[in-house]
Amino acid sequence: MAFNVIKPGMLALVQDLGRHGYQHLGVTTGGAMDEYAFRWGNALLDNDSHAPQIEITFGMFAVEAQAATSIAITGADLGATLNDQYLEPWQTYAIHKGDILAFHQPQVGLRAYLAVKGGFVVDPVLGSVATVMREQLGGLTGVGDKLSKGDVLVFQTSHQHQARHVPRLARPDYLQSQINVVTGYQYQQFSRLDQARFFSSTYTLSQHCDRMGYRLEGQAIGQELSGIISEGITYGAIQVPSDGQPIVLLRDRQTIGGYPKIGCVTNLSGALLSQKKPGDQIHFRAINVAEAEYERHLQLARLQQWR
Amino acid sequence: MSNTLIFPPHIELVSDHACLLTFAESIDEHVAEVIAKVSQALHDCAGIIDIVPSYTTLLVTFDTDHYDRFKILSKIKLLCERIDLNATSQSERRDVVIPVYYAPEVGPDLEDVAKQCSLTVDEVIKQHSETVYRAYAIGFAPGFAFLGNTPEALRLPRKTTPRLKVPRGSVAIAEQQSAVYPSETPGGWHLLGRTPLTLVDWQSDSLALIQVGDRVRFEPISREQFIAQGGQLDGV
Repeated sequence: MAFNVIKPGMLALVQDLGRHGYQHLGVTTGGAMDEYAFRWGNALLDNDSHAPQIEITFGMFAVEAQAATSIAITGADLGATLNDQYLEPWQTYAIHKGDILAFHQPQVGLRAYLAVKGGFVVDPVLGSVATVMREQLGGLTGVGDKLSKGDVLVFQTSHQHQARHVPRLARPDYLQSQINVVTGYQYQQFSRLDQARFFSSTYTLSQHCDRMGYRLEGQAIGQELSGIISEGITYGAIQVPSDGQPIVLLRDRQTIGGYPKIGCVTNLSGALLSQKKPGDQIHFRAINVAEAEYERHLQLARLQQWR
Repeated sequence: MSNTLIFPPHIELVSDHACLLTFAESIDEHVAEVIAKVSQALHDCAGIIDIVPSYTTLLVTFDTDHYDRFKILSKIKLLCERIDLNATSQSERRDVVIPVYYAPEVGPDLEDVAKQCSLTVDEVIKQHSETVYRAYAIGFAPGFAFLGNTPEALRLPRKTTPRLKVPRGSVAIAEQQSAVYPSETPGGWHLLGRTPLTLVDWQSDSLALIQVGDRVRFEPISREQFIAQGGQLDGV
């Protein structure tokens, strides 16, 4: 059975945890921008951790249920409603035939995840359903299209609904402005002064923020540095082009690039950053690899224990 | 043996889930060959989920949910030590021949390149097709291989105004590099001709025709051959 898309909104995409193993051919990973919200969505429904979900950016999205099922909503609070009744994120809800589920506009955060019992049924391309519009890969059509009006989101009918919610302690604080960075790549090439400036100033998210990367505005750094020989770009890498304004590279990033990089935003901070929008302010804090590992494992352990 | 090579490579963690292996400070054909070898050796290593080879480096992403980073790092070191740099097995060496119809109707910059380089069109074709290139990196778009080195006589800076649409299969040059556009994208390189081959096919087992480390040669073909092999003339 299925949901019918009545309003496609600004940007609603089929996503999973990404397309891995093809970056050597220039194929990016894609995948849920907020990995932790995505993982919780599947955990709430006892789904496989990769089970396809819909990532709804900003809102203005609505679907009509063709059959009963159980859903989970995680991530941003986009003022979701079920037949005009407000739905709080981070929990499961029973869906009946004919129900209208809508996501309106951001209250807190930017991207909400809609998970369904068993996962949406979508054919993978290169092992993943992740939609990457720029590369024309993944999604319902297989060629990277975002959802549009009339699309049919297929799921297995399920009458078993279990009311569950994510423990309060495990819910992220999307208003938090601290973004953790592991220094690396060309960090040593930045002057001591620029290193200090980077970690002591506030940056504002520019209008140019998308799934590929977030361009920041603030204290310019590393303007005297020249380009480097193109090298692989990992998730969260912060590249600094010649205008000195950092760009944090996220899920749909290019696989290689030639700008110097001051370090990498951690997985958890990358997820937090993905929930922010143009105009929001952030600041960076340097942490080491062991701390980054600890941060991630703590999040995943909470999820595992809860499951 | 090249004196620019760093081997075993310098290994640096760049995040909690990726490390960068550096093999040289400058671009060199021998370095590219070593990187291709290491890349292949790491391919089936459990716990490694992505490998991005480039000109002088190899980015390795690993699965930190199931594997310990210390174990992965020591495994990478061990695999590097075991590689015999002098061995060249037949299976490792990949030669790719790309048929190209060099003509103004599919290579709108061909005459302009000849003029700027003070060569005839035939000389441009001869120079470009008599060189053996190395695939140094893949990026920009899926399957887009940066091939080096374009003969010195043909080296031109990128076009000042990029084209909004470069047709699929276009063969192009810019500075010391050559490339074939695997899909229709914007692009600022000089277009010399077009290949009838499909560079990427996600439905096939081979996926992408050119891989990092491959040796690539362009072979001039006629208009008739181009069309017979399925080439399309539209879109410039």
